[in-house]
Amino acid sequence: MSPHETLFRLESTPTPQHLIVDTNRLSQFELIDFPGDWDEASNNPIFLGLSCFVFVLDAQDEPYDLVLSYLTNLISKATKVNPRIHVHVFINKVDGELFLSEEAKYDCRRDIVSLVQEEMETFQGLDNVNVEYYLTSIYDHSVYESFSKVVQKLVPALNTIESLLNVLVERNGMEKAFLFDVASKLYISTDSNPVDAAGYELCSDMIDVVLDVSGIYGGRHNSDSNREIDDCSKGEGEGGEQDKSVTEEEKNGYYDSESCAAIHLSNGIVLYLKEVESMLALVCLTREESFGRRGLVDYNIGVFKEAIKKMIEVAGPK
Amino acid sequence: MKKKVLLMGKAHSGKTSMRSIIFANYLARDTMRLSPTLDVEHHHVRFLGNLVLNLWDCGGQDAFYESYFERDRETIFRSVELLIYVFDIESDNPEKDFDHFSGVLEAIEENSPDARIFVLVHKMDLVHEDERDVIFEDRQRIIQAHSRGLSLQCFATSIWDETLYKAWSEIVTNLIPNIQLLKTHLDDFCRISDADEVVLFERATFLVIAHTSQNAAQHNFDAHRFEKISNIVKQFKLSCGKTQAGFQGMEVKNSLFSAFIDAFTENTYIMVIVSDPQIETAATLINIKNAREHFEKNFARS
Ligand SMILES: Nc1nc2c(ncn2[C@@H]2O[C@H](COP(=O)(O)OP(=O)(O)OP(=O)(O)O)[C@@H](O)[C@H]2O)c(=O)[nH]1
Ligand SMILES: Nc1nc2c(ncn2[C@@H]2O[C@H](COP(=O)(O)OP(=O)(O)O)[C@@H](O)[C@H]2O)c(=O)[nH]1
Ligand SMILES: [Mg+2]
Repeated sequence: MSPHETLFRLESTPTPQHLIVDTNRLSQFELIDFPGDWDEASNNPIFLGLSCFVFVLDAQDEPYDLVLSYLTNLISKATKVNPRIHVHVFINKVDGELFLSEEAKYDCRRDIVSLVQEEMETFQGLDNVNVEYYLTSIYDHSVYESFSKVVQKLVPALNTIESLLNVLVERNGMEKAFLFDVASKLYISTDSNPVDAAGYELCSDMIDVVLDVSGIYGGRHNSDSNREIDDCSKGEGEGGEQDKSVTEEEKNGYYDSESCAAIHLSNGIVLYLKEVESMLALVCLTREESFGRRGLVDYNIGVFKEAIKKMIEVAGPK
Repeated sequence: MKKKVLLMGKAHSGKTSMRSIIFANYLARDTMRLSPTLDVEHHHVRFLGNLVLNLWDCGGQDAFYESYFERDRETIFRSVELLIYVFDIESDNPEKDFDHFSGVLEAIEENSPDARIFVLVHKMDLVHEDERDVIFEDRQRIIQAHSRGLSLQCFATSIWDETLYKAWSEIVTNLIPNIQLLKTHLDDFCRISDADEVVLFERATFLVIAHTSQNAAQHNFDAHRFEKISNIVKQFKLSCGKTQAGFQGMEVKNSLFSAFIDAFTENTYIMVIVSDPQIETAATLINIKNAREHFEKNFARS
């Protein structure tokens, strides 16, 4: 769904919604979306299997006192059940008039961090809880980047993947490499060079481009099902809603074992994407010079792919 | 070559938004910050090198219409090549919209009888998908009924999807003089290089200016694909802009197709679609290179 659509397509969430995220075989988890006014006391056991807890706070809804004491209350309950739980606080909606400058965002984060710390001191045993804060907005990539970091905490083989990526980057003289979950555009891992937000954004936008273009030209053109969809969208327009979701799904279907893309930029950087495993993509930023030896790059990516495949096989089906 | 283009319609109908997205690299959501246009804003936009569109973006508040119709009547409506009239699908006062519309057509008929007329039924994203066709048909009927016998073409548009590019591509290609010849050369190129499709885009706006296909019947492609590609590439160009890097070209493939989108002549981009697995990437790239030289020579000054 596009950010614009959330303005009028979403209704408020009445009960916890469960969503299994298992599009790729490296990062699989269950996501539970809670309603904002969820009465935590009566549902305490829900924290039992929880490994990670994301709290979304509306930065445009000041003052924050109430919502923050609600948050600290939740943290206290959660840590009692699972002392090793990761807590992530998304300070969302840092966009629009109120947050035109980066300054304003940082100020907002600083205020919230100190308020939460103050609150937490009133509880016992919360000294060791590690709370991480992210500034997010659905109108830019911050929400993807932040969620990536949350998901990375859930990937069991993170260290191994990271060292594989390091080797790849070094062998090919690349600038940066990400391993993406194609469906969500979250990155599961990256090499240990620092992540530059702009580079990440480009890679993530590239995935959109690849899926969109493949959705247009890379479909099974002659299939009857395709024809049907086309016909009914031209017809009375019945079930238009459904068509749309079908094509979204289908678009992911057009990402296949030979999916591959290269985008050349005027500053001499090439973005190179290759399928690694179903719904996983390796996206690298590399200089045009290094990309000139494409055969070698492809060979090394092949080695990386094999390693990831082995890793998944060893881990076995979940 | 200068062409005067009038952009008219009720206040808040989305005229400045469309113009800013197509010609000034705005993102759709940036338009939420636009303030109402006061009087007429003039903009010169260069298209395909030496075609200059002289856009008159006419603020739509009632007070301005009085002067458009009275005091400035001739200034505004004289020597117009294109009239683009915008209706807001969510208008709270449709009758009044049609009063203005009739007034504008009358003034055009009087001052620029040869002007081509396009009517955009805009903000269609606010209508439920299932109802868009029906509602658009209905609007189109009412618009035709008010057309005073002038010939005009209607489009359903929204800044939030590819319909915007569809409408503006068709409008603008109407102003390109040797478009037919360009198309013939594109046909030849498509055949020679064994491509499924070749599409030519204007470089700055990424509007489609010509396209050609072979064996299209057996493919059953999406009818809105060219505009979708415009939209996709334009979005990506804007993302590149944020990193101070320009977009040069791309290659996307899966097991069934390869797409090449590349800077072509000075004022165009080309897209070549190949689905025959026998055709090597290198061969397609050489074909594009050769065609580039040929087109530069023949269409250097369009
Ligand atoms: N939902 C939706 N909103 C749109 C669309 N196009 C424009 N808008 C919004 O409509 C509002 C008014 O747009 P403008 O472009 O300023 O309208 P205008 O026709 O130039 O108005 P005047 O200059 O007063 O005549 C802005 O908030 C836009 O974001 C569209 O296709 N869909
Ligand atoms: N400006 C802005 N609005 C947002 C952002 N994220 C969500 N919204 C809007 O907030 C509203 C409520 O969002 P929703 O996800 O339903 O909230 P929930 O009740 O927490 O599930 C919607 O209208 C969204 O469009 C953001 O980052 N910036
Ligand atoms: Mg305006």
